[in-house]
Amino acid sequence: MQIESLLQVFASGLLMGLLYALIAVGLSLIFGLMNVVNFAHGEFLMVAMYAVYSLWVVTLLDPVLLAPVATAFLFGVGAFAYMGVVRFAMRAKSNVSMVQIFATFGLAIFIQGVAQYFFTPDYRSITDTWLGGKTISIGGLFLPAPQLIGGLISIVLFIGLYLLMSRTDFGKALEATREDQGAVALVGINRNKVFALGWGLGAALVGAAGAVLAIFYYIYPQVGGPFALIAYVVVALGGFGSIFGALAAGIIVGLVEAFTAVLIPPSMKTIAVYSLYLAVVFIRPNGLFGRL
Amino acid sequence: MRHEGINSGMSPNASTATPLLAVRGLTTAYRGLIAVSDVSIDVDQGEIVVVAGANGAGKSTLLKSVAGLERARSGAITFFGERIEAMPGHVITERGLAYVPENRRLFPGLSVSDNLRLGSYLYRKRADREAPLERVFSLFPRLKERLQQRAGTLSGGEQQMLAIGRALMTRPRLLMLDEPSQGIMPKLVDEIFAAVQSIRDTGVTILLVEQRLAESLEIANRAYVLQTGRLILSGTAAEVRDNPDVRKAYLGI
Repeated sequence: MQIESLLQVFASGLLMGLLYALIAVGLSLIFGLMNVVNFAHGEFLMVAMYAVYSLWVVTLLDPVLLAPVATAFLFGVGAFAYMGVVRFAMRAKSNVSMVQIFATFGLAIFIQGVAQYFFTPDYRSITDTWLGGKTISIGGLFLPAPQLIGGLISIVLFIGLYLLMSRTDFGKALEATREDQGAVALVGINRNKVFALGWGLGAALVGAAGAVLAIFYYIYPQVGGPFALIAYVVVALGGFGSIFGALAAGIIVGLVEAFTAVLIPPSMKTIAVYSLYLAVVFIRPNGLFGRL
Repeated sequence: MRHEGINSGMSPNASTATPLLAVRGLTTAYRGLIAVSDVSIDVDQGEIVVVAGANGAGKSTLLKSVAGLERARSGAITFFGERIEAMPGHVITERGLAYVPENRRLFPGLSVSDNLRLGSYLYRKRADREAPLERVFSLFPRLKERLQQRAGTLSGGEQQMLAIGRALMTRPRLLMLDEPSQGIMPKLVDEIFAAVQSIRDTGVTILLVEQRLAESLEIANRAYVLQTGRLILSGTAAEVRDNPDVRKAYLGI
């Protein structure tokens, strides 16, 4: 294979990987914060895509402009999911982790049902966007414009998330809550509020990813499934709860997927991703960057 | 509403008609067993009050109930004129009641600096954060040398200092300390007791649970003795020190 085509594969894998990382980091954040695996994470992505789609139908504004709206909307969805469902699941007297799994799993089925009712199972797509179907040529590489913008948005949001976690009181409150949720009351922090904001933040990040994805991907009620699966792999690979781990693992998954698609039939490209995942789980069960 | 903190100009010995903290007929169960039974105590503004008793006497459960970390089965807890027995813990902290639990409950993976910073989470104004920080550094200079170190890597004594420091960052009216001398080297114990005294001298009222009764009675105004969840003795520090039963059971004289 020529060096140009190798670079081409590398670039598209990298861009897709950045998007995977953005989809997965919210899942990792929520897990790290309160040890809850959100099985409705893919549905959050789907809600974001439909939100962009609906706004586009009504306003005909470009999805790139609607991305901040979708992000803000998903913040509300995430906070509401905590306040309305997860908060009650956490009060279970016994078998709390199973109750939580089924609570978020039920939430996923509920959101899918609502989407199916209002939007029907038809595949939708947003047409005539600024970026859709366009490629940008950089140094001889042809990069799809939506993925390029998506990658940039992902990098910007990861930097923002890093600054939020390391520089702000709220970031410190998140870290403190993940260390000892029973002790934060001693400094006057309301852990329920931190949890709600954490869920909001996690969902807002996947909301931004959904807005980008809506530009070049079909929108249907089950669209979240395959992406959520990749997100679980990314989170497990990167280490549950690790933000940097989600970024690194997202990129790894994107690259592995892109290169295997060249070597073996594309329909089998996920095999390599899951093989890698299994290998990591056997060798380093806490993920590549997980805390032990 | 946030209280005004410890700089509100109250003299440490100002006599108030009602006590700062009044516990009335408190009964609390811990893991299904009654740990505190019908206990009433008062803490006046500016005092150091000691709660003594053997292991399992219910001292820690008493403090946890006041701090809102354990729910009382019955009884009333009034702090600064307000009923707090049904308030969530973070609101009680906001009202000016700080609590340093027995196991300190620091955030071990965060730096000393971040632990202290979280103590002033309730305050937005720079002055409200810097003034208590200076006070903490003058009380415990070694914390200033360890600012970037993770709290979990500190020695037992340093962790206790940090826990007290973090509690002071919330600018409390009342500071409750559960066994601050436990598990730390003797030299630091004196330092902790001296610190407790100087914290009181800056106007913070202190409710102290302590196994080392002799040392704590030296700095205390009044004391209560609990036995299997019930109050068996109360009085001034001198009265409790001179009580024959206490001398025999706790002071080994």
